[in-house]
Amino acid sequence: MKEAPVLGSATDTIEARLMEPVAGVGFWKDAWRRFLKSRIAVTGGVILIAVIFVTLLAPWLTPYANDQQDLAHQLQAPSWQHPFGTDMTGRDLFTRTLYGGRLSLAVGLVATLVSLVIGVTWGAVAGYKGGTADNVMMRFVDLLYSLPFMFFVILLVAYFGRHLVLLFLALGAVQWLTMSRIVRGQMLQLRGQEFVTAITALGASHRRIILRHLLPNLLGPIIVYATLTVPAVMLEEAFLSFLGLGVQPPNSSWGLLAAEGASSITAIHTAWWLILFPGLALGATLFALNFLGDGLRDALDPRLKNR
Amino acid sequence: MGAFLLRRLLATIPLLFAILALSFLFMRSAPGGPFDAERSVPPQVERSLRAKYHLDEPLTAQFARYMGGLLHGDLGPSFKYQSRTVNEIIAQAFPVSLTLGALGLAISLVIGIPAGVFGAVYRNRPADYGIMSLSLLGISIPNFVIGPLLIIVFCFTLGWLPAGGWGSLSQMILPAITLGALRAAYIARLMRAGMLEVIHQDFIRTARAKGLPEPAVIGKHALRVGILPVVTYLAPATASILVGSVVVERIFDIPGLGTFFVNSALNRDYTMAMGTVLLYSTILITLNLLVDVVYAALDPRVELK
Repeated sequence: MKEAPVLGSATDTIEARLMEPVAGVGFWKDAWRRFLKSRIAVTGGVILIAVIFVTLLAPWLTPYANDQQDLAHQLQAPSWQHPFGTDMTGRDLFTRTLYGGRLSLAVGLVATLVSLVIGVTWGAVAGYKGGTADNVMMRFVDLLYSLPFMFFVILLVAYFGRHLVLLFLALGAVQWLTMSRIVRGQMLQLRGQEFVTAITALGASHRRIILRHLLPNLLGPIIVYATLTVPAVMLEEAFLSFLGLGVQPPNSSWGLLAAEGASSITAIHTAWWLILFPGLALGATLFALNFLGDGLRDALDPRLKNR
Repeated sequence: MGAFLLRRLLATIPLLFAILALSFLFMRSAPGGPFDAERSVPPQVERSLRAKYHLDEPLTAQFARYMGGLLHGDLGPSFKYQSRTVNEIIAQAFPVSLTLGALGLAISLVIGIPAGVFGAVYRNRPADYGIMSLSLLGISIPNFVIGPLLIIVFCFTLGWLPAGGWGSLSQMILPAITLGALRAAYIARLMRAGMLEVIHQDFIRTARAKGLPEPAVIGKHALRVGILPVVTYLAPATASILVGSVVVERIFDIPGLGTFFVNSALNRDYTMAMGTVLLYSTILITLNLLVDVVYAALDPRVELK
């Protein structure tokens, strides 16, 4: 950054001051600075990165394979050998939790991306076009809002079959409504501003105006909402897997592990670790993501800029 | 006010029609049919079954028939539970979901609202951080983890409460807590944010300046407006909680509506699915209308147009 000129020096005239290039702080630089200041957001980010690394490094962190059964050691309580215990067929729960996390995280990220693409496109077009198109498009969103979410996902699963990729798409496809409302609201505000008139007068195409000039202004809210969509989607995946509609065995996710744990609880043997550890892994990740989202909201909110 | 209500009520008719048409279309375009599971059904029997339920007619005729029945309050026969009508199933399962939902909602409000107000009043102090971390934790732990853990502790270890079933109050406690925990956490966060927004406004300063004691400022003046985000959230939360939570019903073995709903979509039990969607949407639209009225009652600056 540029040093402020020393008072009383030769350059300290009003003209010189005006000629001085203003060291503007860019969007990313400013956001990064404020992000680092927010202890909550940094904590969330660090936990999240740690979780991602641990799940990626799974093969090096555990001596067992994901599906390695050991019928001699069924339903063992946590021990040094099996830090999270073992399940009904003697599989090491620590190993399964690590591998399950990969799928849970992947679902969260991919489904959020899907919802991002649909929601931003829908909202941007509605907000930019305005008028009748806007009215029709947003009434459609209202309509979908008054339908129960489960109904949609179950139908999508019924429609396409219980395939993993389609699960990603289905979860993303029901999550875009709020994103489209946010983007559309901001678009409406931006559209009326002079710089848009200026670009239009210069002959830029609608596509270019939206992609190059309008959407970059909306990055803040979009990023924040996307960060908060990831935990919502992960929770929904867990929820669906719990009902047997999501991830199918032999694949595993935290939701599926928790479901297996919940169904194994009976009055005779209460294998509490089977529900606690996958639940904790999922909980810690969602906790970190919510922390990150809250912190980012504070960091990227233009109303709080330079404070 | 009267004109406002009338206009909004009239507007719900096309909305409900669109919702029904859309869900009808969605349901019917999914592959498979309600009689798929019974593979042993010979073709003639299936044909006569389809004829009996008018599934052999064109879609538009079927939709018209359904809507005609609906005007008489008839939701049609269930395809899966063939001796019962959808009206009977809803009449039996809905009160269960309603009771459980009301209890869960009561728990979440009783915990969430005071926690949020407390957090806002003592903001950025240890108590606030404690409450907010706890509520984030509540949002982050899914109810299918909380439920079984509660069962392990209170049913199998301490032996205080029954693990499942429905009927007595002792059977309602754990499911209601499981259902209410997440919403309590969410309400606490909304309440805190709402209060923080209000606390700096002019009318609060006026209330303080005229010498009102602080509890009256918070409890009488700030709370009225600060609670508005919670009121907004309550509409969808109540609708989804009333129609039944499949997960809680499954964990605690409760005969509520949520299970029927999920099964109906999976079994292509068209009429049953339409019936529950209609119930959900009607409740949601009614509550949204109610929220607008409550808004105007709580915040004198809001006008019903």
